[in-house]
Amino acid sequence: MTTLTSPSLPHSEKRLYITLTVAVFAWLAAYNIIQPIANWISFTALGLAPDSRLGSSLAFFLYDVPKILLLLSGMVFGISIIRTFFSPERTRALLGGKREGVGNIFAAMLGIVTPFCSCSAVPLFIGFVESGIPLGVTFSFLIAAPTINEVAVVMLFGLFGWKVAGLYITSGLVIAIVAGFIIGRLKMERYVEDFVWQIKGGAQALGEKLTWSDRIERAWDSVKEIVGKVWLYVVVGIAVGAGIHGYVPADALAGIMGKSAWWSVPAAVLIGIPLYSNAAGVIPIVSALIEKGASLGTVLAFMMAVVGLSLPETIILRRVLKPQLIAVFIGVIAVAIIITGYLFNWIM
Amino acid sequence: MLTIKILGSGCANCKRLEQIAHKVVEDMSLEAEIIKVTEYPDIMKYNIMSTPGLVVNEKLVSTGRIPTPAEITTWLADAAMQAS
Repeated sequence: MTTLTSPSLPHSEKRLYITLTVAVFAWLAAYNIIQPIANWISFTALGLAPDSRLGSSLAFFLYDVPKILLLLSGMVFGISIIRTFFSPERTRALLGGKREGVGNIFAAMLGIVTPFCSCSAVPLFIGFVESGIPLGVTFSFLIAAPTINEVAVVMLFGLFGWKVAGLYITSGLVIAIVAGFIIGRLKMERYVEDFVWQIKGGAQALGEKLTWSDRIERAWDSVKEIVGKVWLYVVVGIAVGAGIHGYVPADALAGIMGKSAWWSVPAAVLIGIPLYSNAAGVIPIVSALIEKGASLGTVLAFMMAVVGLSLPETIILRRVLKPQLIAVFIGVIAVAIIITGYLFNWIM
Repeated sequence: MLTIKILGSGCANCKRLEQIAHKVVEDMSLEAEIIKVTEYPDIMKYNIMSTPGLVVNEKLVSTGRIPTPAEITTWLADAAMQAS
């Protein structure tokens, strides 16, 4: 086993902690002044009436864009620090030896904190499976990881409050656990591509000892990378939400997507599956739907179908899963999302 | 001559790592061969769990992220010293 220390860059540790403290205070200060500033710009500087459509839309936009970007930076930073404690190798070690049931629950929870990009899905899958982790438990992880990501949670929290965000996390977890468990019970090991079973398992290939300095550097790099990738989607998403907030007549969509249309949940999921978007990009549609009377269960089902099942990921998984297993994977997730959608429509 | 392998199946991160690797090699004026490994059976020989992966003279140095040019420089320098 090779142990590496990450080569440290020429910052002194003290300077890093001072910078971090200053950043936290700056964040808190910024978070508290954006609403007054947004209102001032819209109502005082530009003289728009607070209850006019343009006035309220603009104030909403000017407040929400920096708010979401701040929340996103904070959340990505926090989660990235946590992630430095949960490398895929460590996750695999934590899951090893857990039987189904308990394993599915752990796998889903670890899926939230483990870094995940579609192209890593395959090495991760192979790594888990050939080290003896049950197939169903591996799937619980693979379902939870892309679906419950911090961008989705932050945007839902920022735009709709903690109840909606909490609901999203909970349903994502439940779906991951249950779908993974069911797939495991179906005993479809022979539908995994043969070469996977032939790979010799190895001890942990790379052991890195990270200092706190390293963790903070990596978390900050993550923030730059992720916010850099999604900020435009955030701006567009909030602009669309602000526009709809002000201008589209209320309840325009209630007829199609409201509670009374029983087929709205399956329809939302079926439409959502082939669509592929990052979590930030789907939010404009989500805000539009919620603003205009669609019921929460249907909308969350749609969002999970879009974010959780992506065409690139499915194509990549085809390298390790035979078509029957991919079909079962998609099918079980779809059904689980549909049931969750109905459930929330019923209880909300 | 150093052998550098980039392990990854072609997503944006893997391509970026390849570009950074080329640049570092150029900046260091090293003689190095940069190979892209894209087939999973070959990638998994290095037992990695997240891409992109970076291998220098058959030693795995990084997985799951894009290391900084400074880090890559250090690894290449170490490998060059060990080889000579």
